[in-house]
This record gives sequence, structure tokens and C-alpha cells, in this order.
Amino acid sequence: MENLDTIIQILDSTIRLATPLLFACLAGLFSERAGVFDIGLEGKMLAAAFMAASVAAVTGNVWLGMFAGIGISLILALIHGLASITFRGDQLISGVAINFLAAGLTVVVGQSWFRLGGRTPALSGEGRFGQIDLPFADALRDVPLLGPIYSDLLSGHTFLAYIALLAVPASWFVLYRTRFGLRLRAVGENPGAVDTAGISVVKLRFSAVIICGVLCGLAGAYLSTGHGAGFGKDMTAGRGFIALAALIFAKWRPWQALGTCMLFGLLQAVAIRYQSINLGEFTVPVQFMDALPYILTVVILAGFVGKAIPPKAGGEAYVKER
Amino acid sequence: MTMMRSLLGAAAAMALSTVAAVADPAVIFDLGGKFDKSFNEAAFNGAERWAEETGGSYREVEIQSEAQREQALRRFAESGSNPIVVTGFAYASALEAVAPDFPDTSFAIVDMVVDQPNVQSIVFNEHEGSYLVGMLAAMASESGTVGFVGGMDIPLISKFACGYAQGVRAVNPDATIIQNMTGTTPSAWNDPVRGQELTRAQISQGADVVFHAAGGTGVGVLQAAADEGILGIGVDSNQNFMHPGSVLTSMLKRVDVAVYNVFSAEGALPSGITVMGLAEEGVGYALDDNNASLVSAEMQTAVDAARLQIIAGDISVHDYMSDESCPVN
Repeated sequence: MENLDTIIQILDSTIRLATPLLFACLAGLFSERAGVFDIGLEGKMLAAAFMAASVAAVTGNVWLGMFAGIGISLILALIHGLASITFRGDQLISGVAINFLAAGLTVVVGQSWFRLGGRTPALSGEGRFGQIDLPFADALRDVPLLGPIYSDLLSGHTFLAYIALLAVPASWFVLYRTRFGLRLRAVGENPGAVDTAGISVVKLRFSAVIICGVLCGLAGAYLSTGHGAGFGKDMTAGRGFIALAALIFAKWRPWQALGTCMLFGLLQAVAIRYQSINLGEFTVPVQFMDALPYILTVVILAGFVGKAIPPKAGGEAYVKER
Repeated sequence: MTMMRSLLGAAAAMALSTVAAVADPAVIFDLGGKFDKSFNEAAFNGAERWAEETGGSYREVEIQSEAQREQALRRFAESGSNPIVVTGFAYASALEAVAPDFPDTSFAIVDMVVDQPNVQSIVFNEHEGSYLVGMLAAMASESGTVGFVGGMDIPLISKFACGYAQGVRAVNPDATIIQNMTGTTPSAWNDPVRGQELTRAQISQGADVVFHAAGGTGVGVLQAAADEGILGIGVDSNQNFMHPGSVLTSMLKRVDVAVYNVFSAEGALPSGITVMGLAEEGVGYALDDNNASLVSAEMQTAVDAARLQIIAGDISVHDYMSDESCPVN
């Protein structure tokens, strides 16, 4: 019974840790499936986390905070779109620039607004996303096995965590069951064909980048107002890059993205729960657990476990034939 | 004068600094940043206090990466700042390299010993202060399980953990102590989300008092403690105000006093090691309006008695750094 409790606690922590990864991973999925590589996920998340926490701290309303976070993330996404779609600049360089911009601006602006060294004031009450208890969570708690799973594991997360989980089937539906999704995937594989069919490549790519901006905004808002309670310098701590790794691991598909994000979240949760794991003869150090997402990604990229084939036209600006 | 100095360049500036009657002191903060509400902020407060009282001015810089340590030190020394305080053990190798090049400049390093004729090494007996808050934690705990969240996994932080564990065991020999370190890189000082998650993991294992020695990461630790309705213990600066009623106490490490003393020193700093322990009031525990209701008179009496016994030498608290091991865990 105690083991079950421990497992549920770890899985509960997994969901909390996987949520920002999942948002960012889906954000990258839309953008990259449309042929726009985006390593600026980290920067967009960071800026969104900052704006969400700042606005929530000032107004005391977490919803306004969330929309402000999405807003700033959209602005950065559009800058990326402008640079890499309209002006056909290098997508990687534009992404790196966004990361630097966000890392620097959040601290500078935060310092001038709040005078707390780039931190925002701690949020409380209405300034944060509260935990949502699913219906009957309390009543079902005593049911063996399923009770704890329902009331402790599935219930009691923040609004955004549920949105992240719902975003997975929604993304799948949009990408694979709608005309828009078909065109979006096509524009990442063969923009020339899409263009020949009389559909605007630029417009499609911009819509993908906008969806990416919204999802990154949610990821950032979750970090500072859902999971945490306030913004701190560099609080994304590389999660945008782990999300990119998850995207490659998932081979650019939504359901697999859910799986990988949960796996990476689980690795983090286990690393947090156990500093080092004893496997009889030898000990697995916590550093290894932290590095595992990257190691797994390298293994995938090296082609040991299936092949990760990126969208064919990814990373290239589309130049209309003249 | 200042214009001339900047024109004259490095070598001349050095010569000038020895002549100039009043050279501005300087402080260089560590990677946690000067507003970490903890270690670096304490140093900053000491410098501010000095500036306020004397009306003097000082120079400061927050470094952004490991590579800037030596660079920042050298820059300040070249531009004639004297004395120069560096906060943090990680400056040791940089200071080791820079100090001999500026024999007329006094340096002070907090938390580490650098054996140079012009360096004052200021070390704190963190294990003694941690022992006291460990006692408080054990007395406040109802579950008999207490937690510790460290920042970067280094001997200095183990020193906090070890002193804390000894204090807990002194009150409750059967107590369970859950210890976690946030990470092994300097970013472990600044990851509140991870601090929060670590704390929640400890709470789910039964901890109802959690002590952090994790710089900026500790903001998340105290947040999680307040959210879950348990008690947190702050570190370095007095952090009781952050969540009134949810912070049992703070292990004070008077880096501010150390910086203030260095800045106020007349003439060259005495070199060698300055130890700031309980007796020197360099470490201690914080009691103010925010936690008055949490610390009962009994608890206070017990801790104050232990404090006097440690100063008198009747209780000896093992220092982890003396042999890299801890008798209790």
C-alpha cells in the first residue's frame, strides 16, 4: 500500500513537471511541421512566464496574467515569423536571438518594475492558478486502487495542466483530420506543391507560428503562475530545449509527444524523489537521471531506435519560383 | 582625478591606489545574484549599511558566468578599488591567481580560505547555526520527520546539512531526516521550481519542517512549505518575512556583518582566517514578529541554552568540512 502511495506521488509530480514540456513540445510540433524550426521555445516560455507573473502580481488576476503571457509570446513568435518567413532569414539564428532577448529583457524590465533583482513578487490567492478537484474526488478516495489514482493522481492539478492534456488530442485532430492540418503538414514537406495548389505558404506558416506562440505562452504562464508562484531569473532552466529533445524523440507526432514528455517528466520526478538509486551492485547517480533525456535524444538521432526524420522542408525559407 | 585615473591605465592606477587616501571598496557577488534574498543579498545589505553610515560609495558587480570571476576581480583591482570583497567559495582559484599581482590591495573572501598575505579569509561556523535551527525544527515537528534542501552539492552545503541533522537528533534521536541537493551545477542556486518540487516530495514522505540552504532555489522551498501548510526554515538572511507564519525561523549567517567590517577596516586588512561563529554572532537564528507565535518560550530557552553550551565548548558540533563526513544522517 505504501508502495502504491509512493508511485502515485511520483506520477503526480510527473504530471506537474511534464505539463510545461508538453505545451512547449506541441508548440514546436506545429511550428516545425510547417517547416519553421524554432529553437526559441525557451525564450518565448521565459518571456511568457515573466509577463504572466508580472501582470498577475500587479492586477491580482491570474487570467489577465495568462493572457499577457500569451501576448508577449505571440509577439516574439511573430518576430520569429517575420524574420524567418517574410525576410527568409536563418531560422536558427532568429531563434537564438529570441532566447537571448528574453533572457536579458525579463531581468532588466523586472528589475526596473519591481526592484527585486529581476524577480516578481510572490503570488498568492487569485494571482495563481489553484488546484482543481475533479468531481467526486473526495467520495472516491477510499475505493481501492482506482480511488487514489483518481483523487490523488488525476485530480488536484491546475487548470493549465488539464488544458495541456486536452491539447494533445486536439493537436492530433487538427493535424490529421482537418484540411488545415493536411495543408500545414504539406507545407513542411513540400511547400512548392502547396503553392501550386493555390494556397499561400506564407499564410500557413504564419498560422503555425501563431499557434506555437499561444502554446509557448501557456507553457510559460504555467511555470510562473501554476507550478511556481512568481518569476525568477532564467526560471525555464532549459525546459525549452528538453521540449525540443522530446519533439525529436516523438518524431514530430502529437501522441508520441505526450508519451515522451511524460517519460521525461517521470525521469525528473524520480531524480527529485531519489537522489541516487541503488541497483544492487552499483548506484545510479542523480546526474545521470538528469542527463538521460539528452542521452535518449542522441540515441534516437543516431538512428538506434527507429529513425527520426524531420519535416523535409524544415529550416528553409520558401522562395516562390519566378 | 577620476578622469586622470581612467586615462593613466592599469599600471598607474595601481600606483595611485596606494597613494590615494580613500579608495572605494568593492564587492563582487556570486552567481545567485545580489537579490537572492539570501547569501548575496546579505553581502549587499552589509555594503549598503556601510554606504549609508559613512556616506561613502562602493563598486559592485554581479557576475553572469564562471569565466567572469577572475576578470571582475582583476578589473576592480586595476581600477584601484580597495578593499575588494568576493562572496562565495567559488572565487578561491580566481583570487589565488589575482591576489599576488596586486600586493598593495586588500582582498577578502567569504566562505573559503585563500592563503595569501593580502587576503582575509572569512569563514562561518554554519554547522553551529544549523545545529540550533535543527533543534527548533525537531521541536516544532509533529511527525518526527524533517527535511533539508541544499543548493549545489558541495562540502559547504553538506556542512549546513550535517549541523542541522545533529541538532535534530539532539532533540529527537529517532527523527527521520530527508536530505536532498538541488543539483551539481551553479544553476542549482537559482531553480525555485525544482526547489518547490523537492519540497513537495519531502512533504509527501512525511516532512513537516523543511530547512533550505539553497540561495534563490530556497524561494521555491519556502513557497511550497507555505502552500502545503508546513513550516520552512530560511537561510543566510532573515527570511521570516517572506511567508509570515509559515517560516519557523532563519539560520542567520551574517555575511552583512562580515562585509561591513571589511569595508570599515582602517588601513590594510589583517590577513589570515577570520572565523565568525556563535560567539562572534556571525551565525544564529532569527526571531522577530513574523515567527514569534511559532517559537514557544520553551523552544527558545532550549536553543539559547544550547547556544551557550556550544560557545563554552560543552557541546561540540561536528564540522563536515573537517573530514568530509557526518556522524549522523
